[in-house]
Amino acid sequence: MTTSVSIKDLSLNFGNVKVLESLDLEVAQGEFIVLLGPSGCGKSTLLNCIAGLLDVSDGQIFISGKNVTWDEPKDRGIGMVFQSYALYPQMTVEKNLSFGLRVARMPKAEVDARVKRASEILQIEPLLQRKPVELSGGQRQRVAIGRALVRDVDVFLFDEPLSNLDAKLRNDLRIEIKRLHARLKNTMIYVTHDQIEAMTLADRIAIMKNGVIQQLADPHTIYNRPVNLFVAGFIGSPSMNFIKGDLSGTTLSVDGQANIPLGNYQFANQTNGASILGIRPEHIAVGEEARKMPVQMESEIEIVEPMGADTVAWTKIAGQSLTFRAAAEVHLEPGQKVLIGFDPGRGSVFNAASGNRI
Amino acid sequence: MTTEAISPGLSAGTLSGPRGPKPKTVTIGRIGVYAFLIISAVFFLMPLWVMIVTSLKTMPEIREGHLFNWPALLTFDPWLKAWDTACTGRDCNGLKPGFWNSVKITALSVPVSIVIAMINGYALSFWKYKGSELLFGILIFGAFVPFQVVIYPLIIGLSKVGLFATLPGIVVVHTIFGMPILTLLYRNFFASLPIELFKAGRVDGAGFWGIFFRIMLPMSVPITIVAIILQVTGIWNDFLFGTVFAGRENMPMTVQLNNIVTTTTGTREYNVNMAATILTAAVPLVVYFISGKWFVRGIAAGAVKG
Ligand SMILES: Nc1ncnc2c1ncn2[C@@H]1O[C@H](COP(=O)(O)OP(=O)(O)O)[C@@H](O)[C@H]1O
Ligand SMILES: [Mg+2]
Repeated sequence: MTTSVSIKDLSLNFGNVKVLESLDLEVAQGEFIVLLGPSGCGKSTLLNCIAGLLDVSDGQIFISGKNVTWDEPKDRGIGMVFQSYALYPQMTVEKNLSFGLRVARMPKAEVDARVKRASEILQIEPLLQRKPVELSGGQRQRVAIGRALVRDVDVFLFDEPLSNLDAKLRNDLRIEIKRLHARLKNTMIYVTHDQIEAMTLADRIAIMKNGVIQQLADPHTIYNRPVNLFVAGFIGSPSMNFIKGDLSGTTLSVDGQANIPLGNYQFANQTNGASILGIRPEHIAVGEEARKMPVQMESEIEIVEPMGADTVAWTKIAGQSLTFRAAAEVHLEPGQKVLIGFDPGRGSVFNAASGNRI
Repeated sequence: MTTEAISPGLSAGTLSGPRGPKPKTVTIGRIGVYAFLIISAVFFLMPLWVMIVTSLKTMPEIREGHLFNWPALLTFDPWLKAWDTACTGRDCNGLKPGFWNSVKITALSVPVSIVIAMINGYALSFWKYKGSELLFGILIFGAFVPFQVVIYPLIIGLSKVGLFATLPGIVVVHTIFGMPILTLLYRNFFASLPIELFKAGRVDGAGFWGIFFRIMLPMSVPITIVAIILQVTGIWNDFLFGTVFAGRENMPMTVQLNNIVTTTTGTREYNVNMAATILTAAVPLVVYFISGKWFVRGIAAGAVKG
């Protein structure tokens, strides 16, 4: 696989605030990378650096093998889609799409052909003569994607393109972006704070915190083998249960009240001492199912949240709160005593001091 | 029948009692507000009324002293005289030359000052560089410097470059003094636009002027109408700069009006003075009447994004 975008030792400061520090990232040709992280962690800043809209403080950026660190945005072979659509309000959809091409003085026939192709792909042909104010949010974002499309670039940059849309449209357009990627096979770098978007779209997810990439891996690995407590807690809803205890060998003792055998957990780097066992709510079984699990315990239901498709219940084990997800058919009610069970092999164990997976 | 029997309380509650729009009542407070508004309007319109009727009277009738009366003998001669033949010192050409001078000064100063302020505001909002915030601060500070302080240095400066008492000179002066407020107006307008619009323009390959002319300028129409109204009325009404910087050849209408009114030869012709004053004030008044709607709309459009 050839490299499409390569970021080497990138730093960016606003005055003396360091937003990005020595960041490295390699994106393969045709890959869909999602930058995921909480608000303010530097995702947009990184994307703006790649686009050339911010001057980097240090480091290099390569796109399609060319060092573009000092290049203007238009010379980088990128197209960008913004959260606020950023359509030119005084121009029709057609003029919006063709603006970049007209600035580059492309022959009219070629401009028309490209606008036609992009509007076909995005199904916005009936809208071409409208102004942006006459479009709905979803249509506006389609036009914004079209504006990147006509430029026939190697790399697409998306900055939270769906965050201004309502839930239903967001789902629809998400699928369309996935289809678009399957069809065009461009490299796409997509910023979001929405983990569903990240999980569903990405070939690989880069989880960021305070300007540092915590983990860069495919969604399956991110979900099942988070490298640290931050990643583990950020991905998943409801979020992962964290059971604090003391690890010695393969036994986690929880406040001296319970001992959890971690027999079939694959330690990468076993370290005794204060540790945290992470178990996802959907990996905890209840009732008959629980009897098949290596670890079983009795607990009392505190709160039940029916979600329709399934039910989330809150309980406590050894004094620490725990949520689990049960099938909608399972009858649960507050005060009820149930047997729950899980397989530590599907969980994650972290060192409490460093927060890293062991 | 049966439902009433079952739950009389409920049906009474849903059928009687307040429903639909609340009826409007005339309160004492409201009457007070209208009374105050009407009295204020009359108070401020009174002088205008006196000016209009006086300008249409003959001098003998004015001397009778009935200030508010409609003229017994209607005459338009004072208006013709004010426009064409009233004397300012030696010349007796009325306000006419002053009017055309004011037109020239305004027609040149308004576009020049607005174009420069627009580019200033655009650059200060989107092309920030080291020190651009400081520059903006200094420019805004300029709005608070009393005119009198800079007049003398400006006279010296303009004389040195040969622009003192010339048409270009007065245009330069109006441009300089309009700059702080106009730049503030445009910078705040551009700062209210989403920055992504600018970024999208750059990704599309447009440069400083490309983004300015093709994206920002078409969006600035409402705020530019506000700027035009500000500048036309401000420059037309100017007296101080006109007296000092315009020179004899380019005296604006306001200065000429002053000369007609304060001229000391012969009797004071109140009717001519009133007519001359109304003529001079007519241009800003017309601008307000035509553009009042636009003015409000422009300010509102500046407040909402996109
Ligand atoms: N122009 C700027 N000047 C100063 N600080 C900024 C600027 N833009 C962003 N920041 C800061 O940089 C950090 C990262 O911002 P951003 O990349 O927009 O975060 P994200 O997109 O992940 O929400 C934030 O703490 C923000 O306050
Ligand atoms: Mg952001």
